[in-house]
Amino acid sequence: MEGDLVNFALMGKYIGAGLATIGLGGAGIGVGHVAGNYLAGALRNPAAAAEQQATLFIGIAFAEALGIFSFLVALLLLFAV
Amino acid sequence: MATSEQASGGINAHPMDQFVIKPLFGGHDVGFLTITNQTLWLAIAVLLVVALMVLPMRNATLVPTRMQSAAELLYGFVRKMVVDILGEEGLKFFPYIFTLFIFILISNVAGLIPTSFTTTSHIAVTGVLAMSVFLTVTVIGFARHGIGFISLFWVKSAPTVALRLVLFFIELISYFVRPLSHSVRLAGNMMAGHAVLKVFAAFVPAMGLFGIIPIGAMTGIFALELLVACVQAYIFTILTCVYLNDALHMH
Repeated sequence: MEGDLVNFALMGKYIGAGLATIGLGGAGIGVGHVAGNYLAGALRNPAAAAEQQATLFIGIAFAEALGIFSFLVALLLLFAV
Repeated sequence: MATSEQASGGINAHPMDQFVIKPLFGGHDVGFLTITNQTLWLAIAVLLVVALMVLPMRNATLVPTRMQSAAELLYGFVRKMVVDILGEEGLKFFPYIFTLFIFILISNVAGLIPTSFTTTSHIAVTGVLAMSVFLTVTVIGFARHGIGFISLFWVKSAPTVALRLVLFFIELISYFVRPLSHSVRLAGNMMAGHAVLKVFAAFVPAMGLFGIIPIGAMTGIFALELLVACVQAYIFTILTCVYLNDALHMH
């Protein structure tokens, strides 16, 4: 009986960690959006593209940060709970 | 992070085994001053920085040698980044930013050498770097603007006071989350890439003669990892510049 409960909690932990990784899909959409819009803008005005490259990477990094938090939640569930 | 008990070499190794910190000279306990594979590769990274950046510049000539040229290119690249974001007065912080960039870049790339250890895949390493950036930015912000630095969180362009109050808490949270996202971004990217390489490596013996397919895929992923190693060093540095810009110029 006791073992069942422990196994049940373990199952919840792993399912939760798996569910947390769905958040990475959102980060993927965000990063794709940033990069795609940069490319669209760069093709319209190639002369201005080079100096916006830093902005591109900052945008990607910020979009990615939110995906990283879901990765962190998964790690916390696996190793810290 | 990995907890596999039988950390044996060979084809049955767990993909996370590569991140286990082990003492180099026997024993299993990791104390404060124990020499581990982690500290060894941190030391190697520092030695590589000296070998690639300091030694070629000792007898600098007007017409650069190959090594000197490589060092100068990296120097110019980071200098331009600092001037673009922080302006000329930001060059005071250039030594710090350049040190961060070179150390992270070399640690990332050295971690790609087969059988080496990726120091930047551990949040302990990147966390210290990110905390140092966070503390530097906070101290400089308060030293420059005094208590007025708090107005960084008070968005004046928002139309109503109620909205500004909401934005105040959002900005406050996003400020304190910075060191976390800053460090986990680097560690997560390095860890994930190396774990993927090991997972693909496990496919090779499992597929027998068709193992040539995952080897081909690994070659491609390795090239991608080399790109990721450089881009993550770049992103860490450019975010440091952006955070410093907040402290220097506010908005």
